Amino acid sequence: MSAIITLSLLGILILYLGLYKAKNALLPVSILGLVAALGLEIYAWNQTAEPLYKGMVLFDHFALSFSIVCISLTILILFLSKEYFKAISDNIAEYYTLILFSLTGALMVCSYHNFAMLFIGLEIMSVALYILVGIRRKDKASNEASLKYFLMGAFSTGFLLFGIALLYGSTGSFDLAAIKQYILDNPTSVSPMFYAGILLLLVGLCFKVGVAPFHFWTPDVYDGAPILITSFMSTVVKIASFAGFLRLFSTVLVPLNEFWTPVLMTVVIITLFVGNISALMQTSFKRMMAYSSISQAGYMLFAILSIGPNSASGILTYSMAYGLASVIAFGALILVKRHVGSDQFESFNGLGKTNPGLAFAVTVGMLSLAGIPLTAGFIGKFMMFSNVMNDYHTVLLVLAAINAAIGVYYYLRVVVHMYFMKPSEEPVVSLPINFKVVFIVAVILTIILGVYPNAVIALI
Amino acid sequence: MDSLFQNMQGIPMNHYLIFCSIIFVIGVIGVLIRRNVIIIMMSIELMLNSVNLLLAAFSAYSGDPSGQVFVFFIMALAAAEVAVGLAIIIMVYRNTKSVDIESLSKLRW
Repeated sequence: MSAIITLSLLGILILYLGLYKAKNALLPVSILGLVAALGLEIYAWNQTAEPLYKGMVLFDHFALSFSIVCISLTILILFLSKEYFKAISDNIAEYYTLILFSLTGALMVCSYHNFAMLFIGLEIMSVALYILVGIRRKDKASNEASLKYFLMGAFSTGFLLFGIALLYGSTGSFDLAAIKQYILDNPTSVSPMFYAGILLLLVGLCFKVGVAPFHFWTPDVYDGAPILITSFMSTVVKIASFAGFLRLFSTVLVPLNEFWTPVLMTVVIITLFVGNISALMQTSFKRMMAYSSISQAGYMLFAILSIGPNSASGILTYSMAYGLASVIAFGALILVKRHVGSDQFESFNGLGKTNPGLAFAVTVGMLSLAGIPLTAGFIGKFMMFSNVMNDYHTVLLVLAAINAAIGVYYYLRVVVHMYFMKPSEEPVVSLPINFKVVFIVAVILTIILGVYPNAVIALI
Repeated sequence: MDSLFQNMQGIPMNHYLIFCSIIFVIGVIGVLIRRNVIIIMMSIELMLNSVNLLLAAFSAYSGDPSGQVFVFFIMALAAAEVAVGLAIIIMVYRNTKSVDIESLSKLRW
């Protein structure tokens, strides 16, 4: 809880710093505050976990580990933001504040124990993002992305709320423990309203995490938003939404899994094919990453599909691998786009010659996304696949393997462009020190996680 | 307050449920078929308000106040959302001189 309070106060502090024109202090203060919040989360690790504030929030190891991942990824992303916002506008304090508020919402989604907190957390997270997506006010693509994200976000909130209302109507409580007790008490006579509620909740949450057939906003919004915001959306926000999704299904709705497993199975299969096949056809790196995030969300749903004791650690490992690789990819895209002015695959041409360090980092990131051994992505995919294998979903496993193979093709396309295509006559892409630090940290973590995964798996 | 609860309970629960579902569906259809952004926002409000009514009805029937508290949360956050949404619409209008969703087709769907 102290981390959530720290971050909310930090956001207000940053607004005041902006008011008093302390522009150079914004980034260091934000990073310091985030590190303090990270410390508080780690400090809370050994305390007994019980629902706080009348059962509103619960900080168990599940919530804490996802919060730690979200905060760490935000620190990495903020390191990349130096100089980035200044090119957009003079008033940059608001951007840092909005990112911090959005992160606060993400932490609430990770640690809710009552539907009220889930709803409030999702809204805090999304409302701040609606603004962040549209911060390039003169750019029509950014405007359009912002409007679409707002409309789709509000629309999906409606479904989520109707689902919550139906669950409340049949159980008489918003508390997760009470709802679980209701299912255990009436295993055979759960009211039909409850089932309808589950379906509506599923629709709302699928919209939020962006899986097919509710994915159509994802590519446009990721494409239109500024790259830094896209990296925040596709890592922190997505991971937090998945944590909320998993928490609901793994603690409350497990006994009814015969009802929702076929629905989720259909969603997963559609997601994998739509995401991967559309990613194949893209010519823009940024749009390819948007579709790849859809297909990665499909893999993450495996953990919810075959729910068990390993689901939480599986999704944690997967989201760490995915988050680190995405930060590398989007960071490299910021540099390349600043230099060449386009986000097509061609702008990566010859990077292996002109800037071997950057090219190596991008290669590690892409290998991790594709799930090649010795990277974190492999461990994540391995855990997801072995979960599903234990449940004998053979058809799903075959389809997933086909999709993983398709994935290798389009992820390695960037690598081919970097190493085997002739560079244009541009001078060397410069690599600022903050980008260097982020790339080194992310690459090292990706490889450590790939070689020695037990450190993370044992956490939850 | 008790007489209010009794009045609400005078109508069967199913009527509330069907009524709210109809309003919700009208909202969903409005979002899907209308092209004007303002009307889409109104339809979204309709969806949220049908949820509010349903929560209030459930709460009155079960005699549990937490449902009505949730209604306040929804109202507050819906207001925040509308404030941000209208700002976004004004920003779009300044650039495109239109609030029609078709005018936004720079990005492919």
